[in-house]
Amino acid sequence: MTETILDVRDLRVAFGARRGEVTALRDVSFTLGRGRTLALVGESGSGKSVTSLSLMGLLPPNGRISGGQLLFTDRNGRTRDLSTLKQRDFRALRGPELSMIFQEPMSSLNPLFTIGDQIGEMLWLHVPMSDADRRKRVIEMLELVEIPAAASRVDQYPHELSGGMRQRVMIAMAIICEPRLLIADEPTTALDVTIQAQILDLMRRLQSDLGMSILFITHDMGVVAEMADDVAVMYAGAVVEEAPVDRIFDHTRHPYTQGLLASIPRPGRAHGERLVPIPGTVPPLTALPPGCAFAPRCPFSEPRCDKPVQLSRKAADHRAACILDTLPARPVPA
Amino acid sequence: MTEPLLRIRNLSKHFPTPRGTVRAVEDVSFDIPRGSITGLVGESGSGKTTLGRTILRLTEPTSGQTIFDGQDLNSLEPAAMRLMRRRMQIIFQDPVSSLNPRLKVEQVIAEGLAAHGIGKRAERRKRVAALLEEVGLQADHMRRYPHEFSGGQRQRIGIARALALEPEFIVADESVSALDVSIQAQVLNLLLELRERRNLTMLFIAHDLSVVEYLCDRIAVMYLGRVMEFGPGAAVSTRPMHPYTQALNSAIPRPDPHAVRDREILTGDIPSPLDPPSGCVFRTRCPIARDICGQSRPDPQEVGVEHHSYCKRIEALNERRASEDA
Repeated sequence: MTETILDVRDLRVAFGARRGEVTALRDVSFTLGRGRTLALVGESGSGKSVTSLSLMGLLPPNGRISGGQLLFTDRNGRTRDLSTLKQRDFRALRGPELSMIFQEPMSSLNPLFTIGDQIGEMLWLHVPMSDADRRKRVIEMLELVEIPAAASRVDQYPHELSGGMRQRVMIAMAIICEPRLLIADEPTTALDVTIQAQILDLMRRLQSDLGMSILFITHDMGVVAEMADDVAVMYAGAVVEEAPVDRIFDHTRHPYTQGLLASIPRPGRAHGERLVPIPGTVPPLTALPPGCAFAPRCPFSEPRCDKPVQLSRKAADHRAACILDTLPARPVPA
Repeated sequence: MTEPLLRIRNLSKHFPTPRGTVRAVEDVSFDIPRGSITGLVGESGSGKTTLGRTILRLTEPTSGQTIFDGQDLNSLEPAAMRLMRRRMQIIFQDPVSSLNPRLKVEQVIAEGLAAHGIGKRAERRKRVAALLEEVGLQADHMRRYPHEFSGGQRQRIGIARALALEPEFIVADESVSALDVSIQAQVLNLLLELRERRNLTMLFIAHDLSVVEYLCDRIAVMYLGRVMEFGPGAAVSTRPMHPYTQALNSAIPRPDPHAVRDREILTGDIPSPLDPPSGCVFRTRCPIARDICGQSRPDPQEVGVEHHSYCKRIEALNERRASEDA
């Protein structure tokens, strides 16, 4: 059994709105083992990004954690609940323990500073060293993330780099303090597919070199299959299924995951074979059904689905929030 | 064999800039048969959107011809072109910015009908109601504004608008890229249904090769303004005959945790379109490029039935594949 470094239990997050509060996360639970990659997968509005912002202590001012625990174990073996951590204590964790890569590398980099300055800032904050040593270390980092001609690139500004190069800079910045946990929020979504392949390859290599745990947030089941050891599937602010990656694909236990997999065009399928979309759309967070949030779109829903359903054990390492113990094949519309 | 609806011949679109000429589309030729869906796939900066717009003459081409049902669009006078426009429509990528937020859905969809003076107001309303139902919405949605709809529904409104003038030819430019996968599948299936019901001819522009493979009968692969490969959908996606298509294909993450990953990762970025490489524009990133590739632009090589590859190293490509298969 690998050591657990992150244990999220029943996380709830609410946002203040004009008329009362909106609950963005209702019930988010998952665990992440040391050195492993957990993919947090879901469509727009499922709460993936809110989950990651909660972990980093970066929720916007109108958002608050209204329940649950975020138990993080640092490199000294000390376990803390991030949901109650003060901003000052968070600052010490961000960088050496927790770090994050964002989706859009252009808007996450400051256009007025050189990339060398921006990567070095992390060291300046956390590791006492001379300016010359810091510069040397930054250049080493640029080489580690495979930026060609690192010694001259270090003095360039973000606009002088391509999208793929900028994402490499973001990665260098995130890992320069060798964090225990790297949160990657859709890090390749804005990139072309050949550049995405480069970045995914780089992340895999860095993970095995540095022994980081990665929380990989994505909507792309192809990226999940490629990167994840474990998967947590989110729908409308809750985790609906959690299991090792091959079980998610081969022994799907939640109808939403099943619907998601049936919606993806797969290469080499027989010509004329139709995709099976999930009917309807995600309900707004302000008008969720009383029981299972997926029930209105679910081909197997029954009256029992009107009652709330929790994640429950379906197999040794497999949990799903569904009343069904076995999932029938998805009906194909005529 | 019937005459193709569109014949694109040596079409080029250049943009002058202070730093030189950007050859956004360079010498593109292919046919689009009636009732087919032709896919145009490529990464950002490949020129696929510019090509789509140039074909419709939404931007004037620098040179070349677009022969639509026997007539060269680029030689038509404005009045004749205006009549022709009824027969061709476009669906855009972004369902938010392409619908006027101040117009009700009825006005959005009926705008083309009104502009061409088709029908009285009441007739147009009936037509809008029928169109909304055809794309899977409800007739009474016409009284609402675009912001009241989800992304998938807005894309359906964009499709209804494109269908209003009963066009024969539709360009769909990244029409599903902004949608979540479960909604994307709904819209892809809608496009397939419409093609069957209305015998539409489509040019479907996308960056995602698996989506294009699902939808399209024929696929053109573009890189830096040039077509690299053109052929039947299944052949191009499962047995690509150009090193760029092969790289694109192998870069797609497969939704299968057991898939063997022996991917060839392309190094570097797409070169600047201001200063494209001589000869074959892909050669600077190509794993099998030789000196010959820099000397002149490759001619199309026939590599199968109606399947062409713009590569001078087809033999090397075949040898490599034979050794991989062995």
